[in-house]
Amino acid sequence: MKKYSPNEEVDFVVIGTGAGGSVMAKQLAVAGFSVVIMEQGGWGAYGHEQDYNKDELSNRFPTEDEALISDPRRHVNTFRRNASEKAVPGNHNFGCVVGGGTVTYGASSWRHLPWEFDEASRFGTIKGTGIADWPITYKELEPYYVQAEWEIGVSGPNIQSPLIAPMSKPYPVPPLPLKSSGALVQKAADKLGLVVTPNVAAIITEPYNGRSACINCGMCSGYGCQVKARSSSAVSLLPIAVATGNCEIRPNSYVREISVNAAGRATGVIYLDKKNDNREVFQKAKCVVLAANGTESPRLLLMSKSNRFQHGLANSSGVVGKYLMVGNGGGASALFADPLNEYKGCVTGAAVLSYVPNDVKGRGWYGGGRMTARGQQSPIQYGLSGPRGAPRWGAGYKKALIEQANRRLTLVNFISQLPLETNMVDLDPEAKDAWGLPALRITTTSHENDFRAMRFFIDKSVEILKAAGATEVWADTLSDSRGGSHARGSCRMGNDPKTSVVNKYHRAHDVPNLFVVDGSSMVTGGRNHPTMTISALAYRCAEHLVKAAKAGNVTI
Amino acid sequence: MSATRRTFLLKGFGATTTAWLAANWPAQVAAAEAAQQMGHFTFFTRPQAMEIDAMAQQIYPSDSTPGAKEAQVIYFIDLALVTFAKDKQEIYKKGFGELSAKTGGKPLGSFPVDQQIALLTGIENTPFFRTVRDHTIMGMFSAPQHGGNFRKVGWQQIGFDDSLNFRAPFGAYDKA
Repeated sequence: MKKYSPNEEVDFVVIGTGAGGSVMAKQLAVAGFSVVIMEQGGWGAYGHEQDYNKDELSNRFPTEDEALISDPRRHVNTFRRNASEKAVPGNHNFGCVVGGGTVTYGASSWRHLPWEFDEASRFGTIKGTGIADWPITYKELEPYYVQAEWEIGVSGPNIQSPLIAPMSKPYPVPPLPLKSSGALVQKAADKLGLVVTPNVAAIITEPYNGRSACINCGMCSGYGCQVKARSSSAVSLLPIAVATGNCEIRPNSYVREISVNAAGRATGVIYLDKKNDNREVFQKAKCVVLAANGTESPRLLLMSKSNRFQHGLANSSGVVGKYLMVGNGGGASALFADPLNEYKGCVTGAAVLSYVPNDVKGRGWYGGGRMTARGQQSPIQYGLSGPRGAPRWGAGYKKALIEQANRRLTLVNFISQLPLETNMVDLDPEAKDAWGLPALRITTTSHENDFRAMRFFIDKSVEILKAAGATEVWADTLSDSRGGSHARGSCRMGNDPKTSVVNKYHRAHDVPNLFVVDGSSMVTGGRNHPTMTISALAYRCAEHLVKAAKAGNVTI
Repeated sequence: MSATRRTFLLKGFGATTTAWLAANWPAQVAAAEAAQQMGHFTFFTRPQAMEIDAMAQQIYPSDSTPGAKEAQVIYFIDLALVTFAKDKQEIYKKGFGELSAKTGGKPLGSFPVDQQIALLTGIENTPFFRTVRDHTIMGMFSAPQHGGNFRKVGWQQIGFDDSLNFRAPFGAYDKA
């Protein structure tokens, strides 16, 4: 792998190796630019994925070097419901390894539908919310979805339906098996007139681009993939970037500041070299691409204060960190008479699409969601959470645990969430992380509309599970999310520098050579399946950036 | 742990149930005999291991199918406390005192089963009991290399196949 000296001014520093950053690094490196891509986390099993651990206990209690996901005890974060509360320790985490969240994610890869880009115009705004049209259309983004799906490797059904975004090219490989959860939901859907499809996933079901097909091992979400069937950035994109000889992956590098000069241009990044006593290193760069995720990106901008940018970098609008959408869910679970064995195969099974569109008049609330059928419970997880309606220990516990094993089906919903200015990421004024940097503070309470949406999905889930013939059904408690890996909206894109952080090509309005390319760019949250849209946005941004940089001017 | 000692353990008292022991042997003698047959511990003293083993046997009892005893959960917990669960050592150290206060200093395993259950129910909301409960369950269902789930008895009970390579149909409903 090419190595650069920190003193060497590289063309691009990319911060973050997940869905956004890896696309950027790969496209820029292939175009011939020098790139250093920084990652807070370690290598994981990059290049020797067969060593990924499938042991549930050590996955649950990884050593610092083994960890694939951030640990809130070190990556300290705090949470509060609203600005009048004092924040308490939070459990927010994110993928923290070369490949970012794509190494361990469930890999659902739904496109946004065309009307998810201009919902404000189509369905109206809601007072007190930040719902707005995107500065780009589905039509503009569609070719980049295709590019992402084919380069990364996505499996899915090829169905023409108003419930699925129109596609100019089908998915490269066939969908994952429906599993027993899918078969049961299909049975209910036939009775209730609902549309069910296999999941769309960045998991390959046939050999593709030199990688193996999924073997349905079952230790999936939360684990690295040992056969490289999950199309993480680390197996699909970063090896191509490295093979150009132009790109260095620099893991264990925790960027704490994007530096600027007197003219207000980014000059590089200061990072902590974790394997070298957290020594501070300055990497010079002509241009900085920030892709650290929907919470870490705004945090880094807010930490990058300077005389010129006293409220944080690229924050003249005051919008950095605001309009955060962390992603709401909820649903219901059921027991069936016979084993489903959902522990086999990928976590996310079939999808119910019928409630994806808006139906404000019909339902009395704004938004929609995608239902997913699943029931995966690995042995320790199942034992600790325990069987339904049974004692926590003793003979009754054991009896119920054995009786209920593998018979559970859960409907998990991915639901829209309104962007609110008051929901945000900022720097905790007191708490520090393990490296002495200001802890991430999340402030969020969903809009009342979104609680009605969640109630709807919980009730629908119960109805579907009953129609599927469950012997027992129980609903989730209604609650909104407090963080997690679906964070979006916190550096929103827009045409007006007063109300948005980046322009339609992801360039910061305030800093001509700084680009923010991850979930934080999103204006609205879609149906809480953000990754494929992040990838497509990055391909689009990269194409424009390459053209501009080749013309000698990254100010696009 | 050596395979020889595991075999010895099973021959020694693996096949007899707690209920049988309680009914047929003077309780204190049974406890002492069992302690002598236990292997080497890293974190626990032998009497401490006996107490935790007795708790584990009530948390996940042996009946017509194996329980915490046959899964050798006690060795899992002993190993856990010097590895991934080091931060739980203090809870155990304090817990022995809490348990002893309830049993009047007598070994838990020397009481009849219904009394053991009553004693444990009295402390079931303490951090100590909750931790032993969680560790017992982890010992039942984690991979055997961690010391418990001996011969995969835990996995067999809940129908978990660890071959990590499957083809459809996976369950009863995606057949045909």
